[in-house]
Amino acid sequence: MSADQFVQYLVSGVTQGSIYALVALGFTMIYAVTRVINFAQGEFVMLGGMLSFTLASSVGLPLAPALILSVLAAAAVGVLMYMLAIRTARGASVVSLIIITIGAAIFIRGIAGELWGVDPVRPPAFSGHESLSFLGAYIHPQALWIIGTTLVVTVVLHLFLTYTMVGKALKACAINPVASSLVGINPRTMGLIAFAMAAALGGIGGVVMAPLTLATYNVGVMLGLKGFVAASIGGFKSQLAAVFGGLLLGIVESLAVGLDWGPFTSAYKDAIALVVLLLILLLRAGKLAEEERTS
Amino acid sequence: MRNYLKYAVVLTLVAAVLALGGISCSEEPKEAYKIGAVFATTGPASNLGVPEKQTVDMMVEQINAAGGINGHPLEVVIYNTESSSEKCATLVTRLIEQDNVLAIIGPTTSGESLAIIDTVTTAKVPLVSAAASVKIVTPIADRYWVFKTPQTDKEAVIEIYRYMKGQGITKVAIITDTSGFGAGGKAILESDAAGYGITIVDNQTFSSGDTSMQSQLTHMKGTAAQAVICWATDKESAVVAQDMKTLQMTITLYCSHGIANMNFITAAGAAANGVIFPAGKLLIIDAVPASDPQKEVLTQYKADYEAKYGAGTINTFGGHAYDALSMVVLALEKIDEKLDTAAARQAVRDEIEKIKNFAGTGGVFTMSATDHLGMQPGSLGMIKIVDGKWTQLK
Amino acid sequence: MLAKLKSKWYYSAFAVLLLLLVLLPFNWFLGHYTSLMIFIGISTMVTVGLCLLMGYTGQVSLGQAAFYGMGAYISAILSKSHGFNPWLAMLIAAAATGAFAYIIGYLIFRLRGNYLAMATLGLGLILYILFRQLGQFTGGPDGMAGIPYLSIGGLIFDTPFKRYFLVWFFCLAVLFISQNIVRSRTGRALRAVHGSEAAAESIGINVAQFKVKILVLSAVYASLAGSLFVHHLRFVSPQPFDFLASVVLVTMAVVGGLASIWGAIFGAATVRILSDELLLGFGEWDIAIYGLILMVVMIFMPEGLFVKIKEIFERWRLRYRRKGAET
Repeated sequence: MSADQFVQYLVSGVTQGSIYALVALGFTMIYAVTRVINFAQGEFVMLGGMLSFTLASSVGLPLAPALILSVLAAAAVGVLMYMLAIRTARGASVVSLIIITIGAAIFIRGIAGELWGVDPVRPPAFSGHESLSFLGAYIHPQALWIIGTTLVVTVVLHLFLTYTMVGKALKACAINPVASSLVGINPRTMGLIAFAMAAALGGIGGVVMAPLTLATYNVGVMLGLKGFVAASIGGFKSQLAAVFGGLLLGIVESLAVGLDWGPFTSAYKDAIALVVLLLILLLRAGKLAEEERTS
Repeated sequence: MRNYLKYAVVLTLVAAVLALGGISCSEEPKEAYKIGAVFATTGPASNLGVPEKQTVDMMVEQINAAGGINGHPLEVVIYNTESSSEKCATLVTRLIEQDNVLAIIGPTTSGESLAIIDTVTTAKVPLVSAAASVKIVTPIADRYWVFKTPQTDKEAVIEIYRYMKGQGITKVAIITDTSGFGAGGKAILESDAAGYGITIVDNQTFSSGDTSMQSQLTHMKGTAAQAVICWATDKESAVVAQDMKTLQMTITLYCSHGIANMNFITAAGAAANGVIFPAGKLLIIDAVPASDPQKEVLTQYKADYEAKYGAGTINTFGGHAYDALSMVVLALEKIDEKLDTAAARQAVRDEIEKIKNFAGTGGVFTMSATDHLGMQPGSLGMIKIVDGKWTQLK
Repeated sequence: MLAKLKSKWYYSAFAVLLLLLVLLPFNWFLGHYTSLMIFIGISTMVTVGLCLLMGYTGQVSLGQAAFYGMGAYISAILSKSHGFNPWLAMLIAAAATGAFAYIIGYLIFRLRGNYLAMATLGLGLILYILFRQLGQFTGGPDGMAGIPYLSIGGLIFDTPFKRYFLVWFFCLAVLFISQNIVRSRTGRALRAVHGSEAAAESIGINVAQFKVKILVLSAVYASLAGSLFVHHLRFVSPQPFDFLASVVLVTMAVVGGLASIWGAIFGAATVRILSDELLLGFGEWDIAIYGLILMVVMIFMPEGLFVKIKEIFERWRLRYRRKGAET
């Protein structure tokens, strides 16, 4: 592997990893506040991409309003999902909640497949398709948008959670839902906000990623899974760890293709995320079981 | 009294179920000629399956508007296999046992076709497949009931290698997807390379649905490859084209015949220019001389299809379905109207085997007892995308 | 519950259903649904295992299709590529899948809830990727054809009619065995574990061991179903064992009722009939409808659709009886 190639692998890996990071942020947000693993997180990303195509290309809105509307629409779907599915099933067991979010995920995917069809769509790129040169590697301008957006979102989110009332309320709910309800924080409202924000995060991810990677109705499946893996690297607790996990996963996948050892061809790239997932789960099994029991 | 009522209700229910069973199984008077079709209109093979289904819909309309086949309306029962071999097998069994079809056209992919050969052979129903693998019609002794219309994927690979040899290319990198289509292409690319003096210097793969092939392409940049061959369907091929442009790779990208539709050009945008691939004459009708026996069929099919589905939607995969259904219709025109289902199926099969010099969209078909593909090699040409349009390469 | 079973209604309903089952594959009756019923029988076998697993251990398996696939592929590879007797291959497949489940079980049952679900999802997907990639053994993404028929002595199961009885024999056997397990001491222990693991531990039940045993049982059921599946289609490919397949199995279990054994037939039949008969023309709507069913059933009837229907039926019956007593 030459130096140039190494840098390229890093660049591609960081681009892909940024997308995983945005998905992971959404997972972490919902899990921390509501203890629900939202299997539909990947679908919010898909919706962001598909909607931005419809609004920007088919309807012809200018770029900025199209993007904002797409993200808001994704957030709206998140709110709907919370109201109709999660809140209605109050007191449901963990098993039930898992199945409900899976049901929601495939429901959204099915509807998207009918509405947009099975062909991929490509929303317009934010600043064209001419690749830029960087330390011996090439980067698509959209990739810069992806990485930049992830950084900005991470910082804004951190500031929001640390310095605003709502943010602090969310954090309180994450730390101890019972105690926070005692001081007047309504867990159901917090849950609603968490879902809305996570869906918005997913939508943002979809909106920046689609011009580069194309969007199809079933792009949410693997993205959701990999985002989950990234979030689990951070133990589902810390936003920063989730972003770190996403970037790490992207880079590892990219380098694995580059290193190219043994019988494991690039066809097994997906398996890397799964193996990482299983390793984390098995190694942390004791600690995770503790958490489940006490929550 | 109440006890008797209870038993009467149960008995009535049982009788009703039995009666319904009896009714739904009875033979209807055979007015319409019923044939079956299985296409992958959703799932990874959908960009092949959708035009196939649309072609069949269009043809059924036309045929029935013109009075049917010897007065019998044509009915085609179309099922969606969702690109799954298992579903395909289930649906084919359903077509044979419940819908009582006389013949089946499709399926879309080689995997699905191979899955149902046993079923149609045991049930003695003729099948005209729209899939590529040469294994579908060989060994001929076990393929009495099976025919197919597209060129084999071996042909497509040979066209590419032949052209490359002419260009003096000796080192290539290949990148394929992990679906049946990609894996099949990979196997042939690997086995036939040496015969054309070509060495494969890098062999990469990706899964259907992957959104970035940059890592694989970066790996290729480190090799001495003079060209890249990508064997996948149009969406992933478009990502490969785009990624190659992002990485500023100057070597030419060759794709499979899977990109022979406008979706590739729309999805890849400017990155589509310069891509070379083999395809049937449908894409370059204007360059086909008037003396070519296929010219009329090609022009008519393109005009009809685009009139119904929109300009620029023409697609060689739809053409495979056109050829398949046309041959079945030719057979139906010749069979005796009064045959029962089993005898009719045998007659249709026999008539298809007798077809000689049928000019279809994929080529000119002459079937025989030893050849159920019926096409000569050379019905594919090489095409280059220039300014978003298909142009023929010599 | 025992008292109810002795009532005439249940016995006559059961007898009628059994009669329908036996008569179904005949051409003068509902013969053209034979293949559909074979698939329902096979799906039921996997679903029963899943119902027991989810209902009695309270854990979700999002990778059950992997056990189904292991049984299918091992049977296929041994009987086709290596010429083993298909029955022997089926036995080996069941033993291997069971052993695999045993090892996996001890590893993953240290996890709980969400994390366990994700672990099953990950395992299921890894196996699917292996089925697809290990082409030299499995035939790759296009699979393998030409798998031999099952046969007993001179009786070859070469028509759907014969295979129907074979599959339903196995299916009913699995159902009766499961029924016996649930009624036995083991079953009571299972219900104790489901109620409260801590309490069960305190009275001396080895909870971890029970969970693993149930996992192994569900894996063996799924493996047998997979073997029957490939000897019916005479073909195997990776698609029927992907994540969506596992989700469909969970849908069947949920519709049938998570701790209900006979409900498994209902769940498998409902979902299968939906997908194979009613939703044929619907394109992508079919997965939207699975999603909707999953959500609606789990939100409003978490004990399962079948169990809910039984409850409604019971209420009508009681109302009817009260009216009868008044006259």
